[in-house]
Amino acid sequence: MTEPLVRVNGLRKTYGHNEVLRGVDLDLHKGEVIVLFGRSGSGKSTLLRCINFLEDPTEGTVEIGGERLGGGHRTRRKREQVRRVRLRVGMVFQQFNLFPHLTVLENVMSGPLALKRGDQRRLAERLGVADPEGAGLDEAALKKRAMELLEEVGVADKAQEHPIRLSGGQQQRVAIARALAMRPEVMLFDEPTSALDPELTGEVLAVMKRLATDTHMPMIVVTHEMGFAREVASRMAFVHAGAILEEGTPQQLFTETRHPETRTFLDAIL
Amino acid sequence: MTDEGRWERLALASARIPFRLKVAVVWVLLFVLVGTLFYLSDYDTQWMRENAGFIAGGLRFTLQIALGGIVIAIVLATLGALARLSRNPIAYGVAGFYVSFFRGTPLIVQMFLVYLALPQIGSNLVLRFPELGTNFEQRTILEAATAGTIALGLNYGAYMTEIFRAGIQSVNFGQGEAADALGMTYGTKMRRIVLPQAMRVIIPPTGNEFIAMMKDTALVSFLGVTAASAEMFRRSQLVGKADFKNLEAYVLVALFYWGLTALFTLLQSRLEKRMATGYVRDAGTTRTRRRPGVTG
Repeated sequence: MTEPLVRVNGLRKTYGHNEVLRGVDLDLHKGEVIVLFGRSGSGKSTLLRCINFLEDPTEGTVEIGGERLGGGHRTRRKREQVRRVRLRVGMVFQQFNLFPHLTVLENVMSGPLALKRGDQRRLAERLGVADPEGAGLDEAALKKRAMELLEEVGVADKAQEHPIRLSGGQQQRVAIARALAMRPEVMLFDEPTSALDPELTGEVLAVMKRLATDTHMPMIVVTHEMGFAREVASRMAFVHAGAILEEGTPQQLFTETRHPETRTFLDAIL
Repeated sequence: MTDEGRWERLALASARIPFRLKVAVVWVLLFVLVGTLFYLSDYDTQWMRENAGFIAGGLRFTLQIALGGIVIAIVLATLGALARLSRNPIAYGVAGFYVSFFRGTPLIVQMFLVYLALPQIGSNLVLRFPELGTNFEQRTILEAATAGTIALGLNYGAYMTEIFRAGIQSVNFGQGEAADALGMTYGTKMRRIVLPQAMRVIIPPTGNEFIAMMKDTALVSFLGVTAASAEMFRRSQLVGKADFKNLEAYVLVALFYWGLTALFTLLQSRLEKRMATGYVRDAGTTRTRRRPGVTG
């Protein structure tokens, strides 16, 4: 098997005496979708947030594309390393967290526009829009790319609106487009549909599914949408009391459940 | 009993008149009352007309001092707030010291510190360290208006540090996280995401501070300014004392200040409505809606 894209190694996270994660290992390979599920407070969101260092791991390391990083004090060098990791990892939040003072289009362009000159050039190269002078990204190309992304998630007609005028489902799809604008190598989804009505959940899941099947975007998704997991997940991991209790294909998890704890939880939510 | 019945009828009749109209009548009556008082005290309209221009000439300097002061205050408050929210012990410590001192001492004392104490520091330091040069000494001697502007900026900056800090903290935590997740640096995150959103919370109280500062510019008169470059209060003092027209001079200058603050209060409420964009679903109509007749 090839080197994993993301390798979480012996991850521990404590808040004071409260041990939220007690040594988690997790590998994500190219083109894989991993669904993390478990009770609230089990540590699944913390695990996800440790991967792009929104939470600092107390112990253990996260390796992304060969770059390994642990927790600890944020020195200047460490901050820059963390920022480099975040440029490769896209994240979608439960509460969308769109920027309310910017239009939908500006939201999608906000990431690339904020990049340093050198990073802009690298992004431009990956998008195939690098200009011959190497001056970075030109705004027209960026705008075109942003509109394409909005088209893909089906909210292009709202490009000039402010987020507040969009439904929750539309906002979350814009949030996905905003993350994709950075051309991430991995996408993290932290309960992306938990704040949505059932009706709006479907449209967000559809976008995520297309992302997985059409572009083979590697994803780690924290969700209780078991239908989505069954259809899209390459693997599922049941997080319980700060550890991965059981891991396997959806088939294995749903029909050949090994652990009674997993069974109880699945029975409760299915 | 009939008395009570009459009151009852009166209350019912009154209830039919709109509240705003009644308030307007109260205002008009108060103006008439105060006007009568002046009339009875034989105030000199002729003198007021002759000197209004001179006092109003100070408006330019009053506004200059207030605008300069608020710019300094906004810069200091932004830096102070970021420092108070940072985990850098030097930044946090310096900001704490600054806020504590300038909130803990009277504005008028600070004005004299900048105007009269600073030059002494300058000259004594030059005596001790001649290599600093006489230029250094010269630079510590400030004009009264400049010293006043700086003191106002320092003082209001300290108060506004807390306003700005609260404004920044009012921005949803998720906003900063979303910016972090996009790989933004701290500076970019603050400049593009957090501060623009904090402004919505910061601007109304900052407007209040500016209005308060316009009134506090009157304190600069204590530093003694020549008539040519004096702000409004100083001018009213000069002419009022010279002609024994204290009533006329101070009423006039009070009216000028009042008009000025009323005008800026109006402008501020307009600005607040414009800032609603992105927070009100129906931002288009909110912007043009007007509430009738609110002054002061």
